[in-house]
Amino acid sequence: MSALPKHRLIASLLVHNGHVVQTRRFRPTNDVGSAFTAVDFFNAWAVDEIIVLEISPDERHLERFEALVEGLSRRCFVPLTVGGKIRDPDRVRAYTRAGADKIALNTAALEQPRLITEIADRFGRQCVVLSIDARRNPDMPSGYEAMGGRGRLPSGRDARAWAREGVALGAGEILLNEIEHDGDKRGYDLDLVRTISDAVDAPVIAFGGVGAWEHLVDGIRLGRAQAVAAGNIFHYTEHSTKKAKEFMARAGVPVRDSTFYKIAMPRRPRYAPF
Amino acid sequence: MKVAIIDYGAGNIESVRNALLAAGARATVARDPEAVLAADRLVLPGVGAAGPAAERLERSGLSEAMVDAVRRKGRPMLGICLGMELLAEQLLEFGRTPGLGWLAGEVVHLRDAGVRRARVPHVGWNTAEPIGEVRRFFEAPERMRTFYFCHSYTLVLRDEGAVAARTEYETPLVAAVLDGTVFATQFHPEKSQINGQRLLRAFLTWAP
Repeated sequence: MSALPKHRLIASLLVHNGHVVQTRRFRPTNDVGSAFTAVDFFNAWAVDEIIVLEISPDERHLERFEALVEGLSRRCFVPLTVGGKIRDPDRVRAYTRAGADKIALNTAALEQPRLITEIADRFGRQCVVLSIDARRNPDMPSGYEAMGGRGRLPSGRDARAWAREGVALGAGEILLNEIEHDGDKRGYDLDLVRTISDAVDAPVIAFGGVGAWEHLVDGIRLGRAQAVAAGNIFHYTEHSTKKAKEFMARAGVPVRDSTFYKIAMPRRPRYAPF
Repeated sequence: MKVAIIDYGAGNIESVRNALLAAGARATVARDPEAVLAADRLVLPGVGAAGPAAERLERSGLSEAMVDAVRRKGRPMLGICLGMELLAEQLLEFGRTPGLGWLAGEVVHLRDAGVRRARVPHVGWNTAEPIGEVRRFFEAPERMRTFYFCHSYTLVLRDEGAVAARTEYETPLVAAVLDGTVFATQFHPEKSQINGQRLLRAFLTWAP
């Protein structure tokens, strides 16, 4: 019996103007097609959790995004975290009603930290994932600044101090990305992951920059993260999450033994596919 | 067979419903006592904060209907996460919240239950080790007993006889309880992929 839970492999989907996209340094690069197909792959194979983030510049596509979340939740039998455009508890309610198990908060929390507490009090601390987009800034005590507005707006907050404050305010997990590493295939910013992971007692999810399976192992071994997330690398590659999981297991990382068959749905889902 | 998911305003009702549908159940959402009493089987889900949840269960008459359906009429019920914790006598979350009192014990923060170094909340896939004759719910081998946990509080029972499974998170924690026609889990079967589906099917065919 293992003393700690397995390390999680998380697949992330970024939705920009209604389309699932790949990104590089937080800018969409190309469309990768249907979110449903992607989630079917993830589910059937080895992924432990799915994070979906709405990254459009405005709120015009929110209704469509909610419908997408609803569709995803019908075929997603692993935890589903949903983020993007959360400014108040009502948006959280809308996402959880659509089938989200957890929500990811970012810009609005930087502007209004009490929002973290407000949501944690109402939905439980385990429902709140604080998403931090960090960028190197030598003027900050930790060497990193937390950025808002999809990585474009400096918040003036030190990333490490913000992670600590966020957890104290009620965040149950930290999702951590570094802007220059996003889509760069160099692996995670391990200094950042380690800095934040050592600073908080909540679980940390490393995200951004995976270009090879060993980067996932590095995130856990060297970054001391509890979970590792990737987006771009899982698209296009057949059986990608299964291969990633097998690589992690062979490297000696305790992971959930995956079962590679699909759960049959009892009826056709009602959503309109994209 | 009609399965009713009790909706008291907390959490991921849709996820639970989707998982039950996939497991082959006719699952509906019950928001009033009549709907609870009309069901053959009940599911008390739970993601959320204890205080508002307990209050709403009480005020809406749902808890009374649950007592009638489960304790008097003996209909099977599955509690999930907060839905298990609410069965205790009291929950020590932001002060004291009275629970349903079906289980002799209380719900305490993980830090007060021996989890000192490990991170809180306990989030991730962990193994449930069955205790006693609960094969129906926890088939061997181990890889079929990993489930998704996500909680900051844990159930501490005075009488350990109701414990159906434990998990290890620095210290042993209650992963599931079995008491009469009630089966409840700290983890989320609705989010535990095929292992969760297997457990939901075991509940749906359970005749206690």
